[in-house]
Amino acid sequence: MQPEPVVYAEHLSKRFGSFTAVDDLSLSVQQGEIFGFLGANGAGKTTAIRMFCGLLTPTSGIARVAGFDVHTEARKIKQTIGYMSQKFSLYEDLTVAQNIEFYGGIYGLSRAEIIDKTNRMLEELKLEERRHTLTRSLPLGWKQRLALSVAMLHDPSIVFLDEPTGGVDPISRRNFWRIIYDIAANGKTVFVTTHYMDEAEYCGRLSIMYQGRIIELGKPGELKEKYGLKSMQEIFVHLVGETEPADKPNIISSTENG
Amino acid sequence: MRRRLLAIVRKEFTHIFRDWRTLLIIILMPILMIVLYGYAITLDMRNIAFGVIDDARTPESRALVEAFTENGFFKPLGREVNRQEIEQLFMRRDALMVIVIPREFSRELQPGKRARVQLLIDASDSNVGTFVSNYAEQVLQLYNRRLNGSIPLLYDIAPRIFYNPDMNSTYFFVPGLVALILMLISALLTSIAITREKETGTLEQILVSPVHSREIILGKVFPYILLGLMNAAIILISARLLFNVPMRGSLLLLGMLSLVYVFVALSFGLMISTVAKTQLVAMFMTLMATILPTIMLSGFIFPVSSMPEPLQYLARILPATYFLIIIRGIMLKGVGLAELWPDSLILTGLGFFLVVIAIRRFRMRLE
Repeated sequence: MQPEPVVYAEHLSKRFGSFTAVDDLSLSVQQGEIFGFLGANGAGKTTAIRMFCGLLTPTSGIARVAGFDVHTEARKIKQTIGYMSQKFSLYEDLTVAQNIEFYGGIYGLSRAEIIDKTNRMLEELKLEERRHTLTRSLPLGWKQRLALSVAMLHDPSIVFLDEPTGGVDPISRRNFWRIIYDIAANGKTVFVTTHYMDEAEYCGRLSIMYQGRIIELGKPGELKEKYGLKSMQEIFVHLVGETEPADKPNIISSTENG
Repeated sequence: MRRRLLAIVRKEFTHIFRDWRTLLIIILMPILMIVLYGYAITLDMRNIAFGVIDDARTPESRALVEAFTENGFFKPLGREVNRQEIEQLFMRRDALMVIVIPREFSRELQPGKRARVQLLIDASDSNVGTFVSNYAEQVLQLYNRRLNGSIPLLYDIAPRIFYNPDMNSTYFFVPGLVALILMLISALLTSIAITREKETGTLEQILVSPVHSREIILGKVFPYILLGLMNAAIILISARLLFNVPMRGSLLLLGMLSLVYVFVALSFGLMISTVAKTQLVAMFMTLMATILPTIMLSGFIFPVSSMPEPLQYLARILPATYFLIIIRGIMLKGVGLAELWPDSLILTGLGFFLVVIAIRRFRMRLE
């Protein structure tokens, strides 16, 4: 008998007009897992994650995060999760410290807590000297690590990361994944989307999304065994087909970003 | 919760004071607008060009022309005019009026006779035509009285003009401008406050936190109230210094009611901000929704009471309509809360109504 999953979805769908962004999605994620969503742009990853975070209302189906219903208990979900959106969403025109202070504040942290967290975070990120620099002038890799730390400010038990390493060099990406492992090692659940195949290998379990549906779900090792292929790249190409390269942008992505 | 609200307020302040260019625009724009509009919008006419056809050529006829030029309202063309070119003068806009003094003018200036003078006026702009005609009539009366100084008139109307004895239209327009500019700038400030965050993506990050829509909306109103008040002070001081508009009532009361008005305008901007998708759309909507109705319907130029009934109903939901009554009342008539409480109450009510609408319209989700 497994413990209750921290992220759970059953026949979850989201339609925008006549377009189905997420189609009959079912999954369950246990505490402490690193769960990946692999898929091309427009496959429905962002829409799915936004439903879990309470940013979008599902058209149909059930979804529970930390035991709370996404339809009716969005506020309770928001208190327990951390979220890092695809787009860098710290304030570029505020300093590093001001960003931390603001996001700490909207999660209801006290001044003392914020000061304490800020110091610890900047030390961890080795950003102490950049405390009063505008976030705009940080390198992208640092920005994303800062954004992750900010998303973790209120000590959430589940973190949703939507393409957190987009546009970052391989070294920074590897560093970023080290942090993800640390987070999971602390018993927190990490839910991450990516379209980088190498990153897919890092996930504990992953689902491959195609046109709004999960077409495969399992551990990277199991999937490789099942298809007799050596890498996630090959599995992805095998499943989605050569005609649909993973990075091919398509018209649906505008819905995903908006 | 107080912490979340404070965090938003503090962040908005940082944004406002970091961006000194926007701050400068906020300070300079009202001054520029009041100078521009204040000097341009006036109903008083000076230097009205006029031509003279003087067939009499007598000392009396010259005295009549003199009477027209001596007070600055009229300016002679400076050359002879003949009858054939009158219409051309009007068409080329060289003159707005032509005076024709007939040959027998001086002879008819005798007891028992009536001297006739003809005034030709270009009334293609009917307002201007009326003004010219009124001014000219007054000049002629003055001339008449000078000639017949000893003869008492049958009746004598002695008007006593209250509040604005010189009938200076600037005193009427400048308080209206204060209302217009305050409304425009305040609403513009907040109309982009939320749409900006929609565009940068930071709104998504805020929505995923446990903040309430009321905390977001109020957190964005408070810092801008300070800016709006600063704006009000700048506009009022410029109005006083540049146009000498009197300040007969309580400055404190005007300050307090300006605060209420600014609050109304800011809430209105926020309401637009919750609907508009981009900053550009938000600004355009704000411009459309503030400038035109404020100028046309609030009593800024045209009195509300002379509008068709449906437009009067529309005027009654405009905040500027009430603020105009308040600001003109306080500045020009020196009235207090005893007279202005109904308008002040309605204005305050409008503010709360709009802020509640903004909170309710604000979507905590992305769709």
